[in-house]
Amino acid sequence: MSETDIENPARRDFLYIATGMAGVVGAGAVAWPFIDQMRPDASTRALSSVEVDVAALEPGMSLTVKWRGKPVFVRNRTEQEIEAAKAVKLDELKDPVARNANIASDAPANDIDRSAGEGKENWLVMVGVCTHLGCIPLGQQGDFGGWFCPCHGSHYDTAGRIRKGPAPENMTVPVFEFISDTKIRIG
Amino acid sequence: MSEGHSTYEPTTGLGRWFDARLPLPRLVYDSFIAYPVPRNLNYMWTFGGILSIMLVSQIITGIVLAMHYASDTGIAFGSVEKIMRDVNSGWLLRYMHANGASFFFIAVYLHIMRGLYYGSYKAPRELLWILGCIIYLLMMATGFMGYVLPWGQMSFWGATVITGFFTAIPVVGTWIQELLLGGFAVDNPTLNRFFALHYLLPFMIAGVVVLHVWALHVTGQNNPTGIEVKSKTDTVAFTPYATIKDALGMIVFLIFFAYFIFYMPNYLGHPDNYIQADPLKTPAHIVPEWYFLPFYAILRAITFNIGPIDSKLGGVLAMFGAIAVLFVVPWLDTSKVRSAVYRPWYRLFFWIFLIDCVFLGWLGSRPAEGSYVIMAQIATLYYFGFFIVIMPVLGLIETPRRLPNSITEAVLEKNKAGGAVHPEGAAASPETRG
Repeated sequence: MSETDIENPARRDFLYIATGMAGVVGAGAVAWPFIDQMRPDASTRALSSVEVDVAALEPGMSLTVKWRGKPVFVRNRTEQEIEAAKAVKLDELKDPVARNANIASDAPANDIDRSAGEGKENWLVMVGVCTHLGCIPLGQQGDFGGWFCPCHGSHYDTAGRIRKGPAPENMTVPVFEFISDTKIRIG
Repeated sequence: MSEGHSTYEPTTGLGRWFDARLPLPRLVYDSFIAYPVPRNLNYMWTFGGILSIMLVSQIITGIVLAMHYASDTGIAFGSVEKIMRDVNSGWLLRYMHANGASFFFIAVYLHIMRGLYYGSYKAPRELLWILGCIIYLLMMATGFMGYVLPWGQMSFWGATVITGFFTAIPVVGTWIQELLLGGFAVDNPTLNRFFALHYLLPFMIAGVVVLHVWALHVTGQNNPTGIEVKSKTDTVAFTPYATIKDALGMIVFLIFFAYFIFYMPNYLGHPDNYIQADPLKTPAHIVPEWYFLPFYAILRAITFNIGPIDSKLGGVLAMFGAIAVLFVVPWLDTSKVRSAVYRPWYRLFFWIFLIDCVFLGWLGSRPAEGSYVIMAQIATLYYFGFFIVIMPVLGLIETPRRLPNSITEAVLEKNKAGGAVHPEGAAASPETRG
């Protein structure tokens, strides 16, 4: 054995390294399923879209639907709320990005880009989860007449943008579309 | 355990037969009977034994509760109420388990503070201290996941907030959070895995406790003077001296424990947790269990951005940092003297630190607004200042009091000075008999 080692060290080294590499790759391949199983499973991912009838929502009314285990706020905003949100300049915002999954990811947080868009500016659809640590903000409260998170005191305005408090981002606008004039599909 | 030769001599034939094959009785004898302990240990040294009892109590009550509990979001809340109302003695077992967690933490906080006061973390006990910190971390993870199981409002929202910490991590934060939750929000997969892990972690704690006790028996115990054992007269045998003292400490502790179980079982809990979890409604004030409150206050104290780190990530880093800093305490303290008994300035800062921790705990239970935020910021500053500034600097500039030459000398001096005036001091300390 030791003679071959001295005569042919390259072969021994090769076996040593190859065994080690196979061991590392094998350990990784075994570890991955154990980590992977923790991720959201197929049944959880399957619940990825819901349809909401908004015909009954008059201006000033909201409803909350559950989507992917989280609440989604759908609000028919009043004229005053829209005006108030429009009057805010971008540089007054803590988070100047729209956070709207339906448009470009770097779009500015103008009121129009937060709402359902041209002609449907009164509709605000967003995931009702505080971007701080995931509590559910209370509607039509706080210093800006929008939402207020009771957990750690984040204030959002009438377009769901963070204005004051520890939350870092505007509330997220999920992927959604009007499939008819009175029906929204979220997800 | 490792040093010195064993004095165990089996007296029976069976004992000798066993000893030659598996010297387990010898290990027990050497560790818990003949083991020499410093003769001057006070009652702060009884918490190690108390903690062992609490761990065993939590494991036993927990296993029994698991036989009646169901980790499904549809029936979890109901199954806990079933334990309370239908299962024979279920109310007692559940109150033992819930209050047991709190008393486990009371004991561990006293144990940690004892270590900080008497410098028990200093060389050669650094690993002993770090193993203790790991046990504490595992306890926190276990406590947190256990609190989710009853599936009340605080369970659900506590889990939401705490797993929300991970979204503060840049780039991969959301992926990690979904990995932990097994979904996009706290739901059935979360409850199931938390139950599995809550069952597992106490046994990991037990494993680290074995290492902790092993390390303790290698270095020997610290003592109130902080002076190492030098001769045989500095020590007494573990049994009967330490055993009986530990036993008395345990009984007194268990009396308090029993008082809570029978007379105020919900005092340390939250009424909101008797409302079933509702993913669409957040309670007005989300408050963690009392033993997490100081860290919760630190989390919320960071309301400002620090350079590229936003307030959310900053808060999370400060909170984890408050625990991480404990791991490096052995290297932060530069003093050559161990015990605060001989360090007048350290002693002062230590007591302020203790008050600061209690104050942070109180702030953690208040809403995060107005002057509470500023007070929390000042208290957080002192928390970190104590470890990062006071500990290293004080060790270099403080003039300690004269140290006695040995534990025996310290004990005899104390008895000479105080024995006649305070007779109870002598009577209550049988281990001080020369």
